[in-house]
Amino acid sequence: MSHDITTILDSAVFLTVPLLFAALGEYIAERAGTLNISVEAMMLSGAYAAALGSSVWGRADLGLLWGMAAGLLVALIHANFSHRLQANTFVVGLTLNVLALGLTNYLLHQVDMTPMLMDTVDVPGLSSIPIIGEPFFSQPWPAYLLYGLVPLVWWVMQRSRWGLEMRSVGENPKAADVTGIHVNRRRRQGLMVCGLLAGLGGAFLSVAEVGTFNSNMTAGRGFIVIAAVIFGGWTLRGTVAGCFLFGGVDAFRLALPALGYTLNPQLLIASPYLCALLAMCFFAKRTRQPAALAQPFERGAA
Amino acid sequence: MVTTPVRTRPPSPAPVPTPPATDRGRRIREAAFVVGLYVVSIAVALGISAIIVALTHGSPWTVFTALWDGSFNSWGSFGYTLDAAAPLLIVAVGTIVSTRAGLFNIGQEGQLAIGAMVAALVALKIDGPGPLMLVLALLAGAAGGAVWAGISALLRYWRGVEVVISSLLLVFVAFQLLSYSLSTTALLHENAEGASLTESDPLPAGVRLPRLGTYPNANMSTAVILALVLAAVIGIAMSRTTWGFRLKMLGLNPVAARRVGVRAAVLGSAALLVSGACAGLAGSVVLTSQAYRITPTISNNIGWNGLLVALVARNNAWVAIGVAILFGGLHAGGGFLASTGVPSDLVDIVEALVVLAAVFPPALLELRRRRARPQAVPAGEAS
Repeated sequence: MSHDITTILDSAVFLTVPLLFAALGEYIAERAGTLNISVEAMMLSGAYAAALGSSVWGRADLGLLWGMAAGLLVALIHANFSHRLQANTFVVGLTLNVLALGLTNYLLHQVDMTPMLMDTVDVPGLSSIPIIGEPFFSQPWPAYLLYGLVPLVWWVMQRSRWGLEMRSVGENPKAADVTGIHVNRRRRQGLMVCGLLAGLGGAFLSVAEVGTFNSNMTAGRGFIVIAAVIFGGWTLRGTVAGCFLFGGVDAFRLALPALGYTLNPQLLIASPYLCALLAMCFFAKRTRQPAALAQPFERGAA
Repeated sequence: MVTTPVRTRPPSPAPVPTPPATDRGRRIREAAFVVGLYVVSIAVALGISAIIVALTHGSPWTVFTALWDGSFNSWGSFGYTLDAAAPLLIVAVGTIVSTRAGLFNIGQEGQLAIGAMVAALVALKIDGPGPLMLVLALLAGAAGGAVWAGISALLRYWRGVEVVISSLLLVFVAFQLLSYSLSTTALLHENAEGASLTESDPLPAGVRLPRLGTYPNANMSTAVILALVLAAVIGIAMSRTTWGFRLKMLGLNPVAARRVGVRAAVLGSAALLVSGACAGLAGSVVLTSQAYRITPTISNNIGWNGLLVALVARNNAWVAIGVAILFGGLHAGGGFLASTGVPSDLVDIVEALVVLAAVFPPALLELRRRRARPQAVPAGEAS
């Protein structure tokens, strides 16, 4: 029994970690007012670039850098189109998703590569804790970054000047502008941080978990990330909880047949989106979105 | 901490007051600049595509001629282009209605899937004379899409959930509903025994949209006419009717709209229902004119692309016709390209780059215009 729990927990963590990286970025971008749907493109291109990078440079951990760079590139395009040129953010986001899927599929068939896989690193002592030791403390090392990144993101967004400005830009861009904050620059920065983190999430998926790149590898994980941020009511702890919940549900879905239970798999796959919708419906007070979410800011416009 | 120094407006090179008749030359230069901008940015998009092909040891020339041959080169291939354009146009004109009302429905992909599913249910489960069943199936598809968009409308006006969020999330719920209905033998299969669980039974022959001609003469589905009529109706309704005017008012200034007696919940819901119905209709059109059976990928990005058509056309139904044909051409050309052995993923790349190239010029012009406009606040740098 405890072996089953460990297996499911292990699989849940496995499915959660890439989500969590991307969700931290998406949380920052959304707090600054961008409903960023190109996070899927960031993760997918990050996953591909990491696999390619690990093949070219022959080291899996350097692949992560390639992944982050790819995510950043997607973010740069998105940020400059929608927060400099003021093109519609959904046009740009959807287009980037199409572009990333097409480009990675095309390159996958055209470029030969031998991606690497990272080794897991046991945290001495902690990894031998029964049940939770292996899932939480026997992972490839980048996963341990999350133990620091989550509090860091919280501190930056809630306690630093930059974070305050980011949040103000998402809540009331006009007031922020009047106080001298460069609204669109902050939004671009939010997207770029999102690109780095989502690219890292995708890279983790390909070089730290799977060890190869498959066509459409992220398979809608970016949208689950968006659902997690919405489910979490645009709070960091809610977002993190959402990621664990959705990762856990996914792990259950995969484990159920082996355990001898049947539950409608479609319902389980749809559950992140249903959870996010229900959270929006029934916790309207708590899950208030940033007031200027998905609204472009134009200086001097009425 | 970035501060923007308060300063007087720098002398701007080109303030645009209402142009007197004398500067006709400048207006011509301006128009030439706009056209040039479009040409250059499309050329850059195609250039990047060509570089990608060349870097992967392909021949850009072969690829582009294949794209052209498969889409616009002959009447036969143009028929394929129009076939691909029809559902895109139907989705796009629906999107235009809801965007007009200030509601951003981005869930067309899901609404389309639900529409196709409901249309297939009706076509497979009800026996009747062919033409009647065809009409019923199309209407059922529209109703299915409308219901799916109606959920967003309900959430918007009952719980205050933004349409953009709920419609996006509902896309993925729709996919799972479709997958469920495919895996349940009782729903999309006539006989449970031996039924494939990855696709539905084929539609009866009567429930298929007739084609206007055979290759190479007007080999297009009647869906093309349906789409054009719908685009014309919506185009006229938006610019020539009270309803269209009230929608525009609601979208541009909800407060003023309320003052003159526009009921936001009623009109906004109606706009969403229309946009969902169009997406659902597009789904049933895809089903009855191309696919003839439900597969898990029946929506095949048509909803997303239809949304892009509407946005690239800047919510103008007449412009959307042209944009839809361009997108349809890329798809038809892509199908032809795939038959020559080049992965059709390349078309996705070209399409995405062309979309970015199409969005770039208007955005840049808008930015230029805004910077040139004299205003009370100091003209900001690239804001």
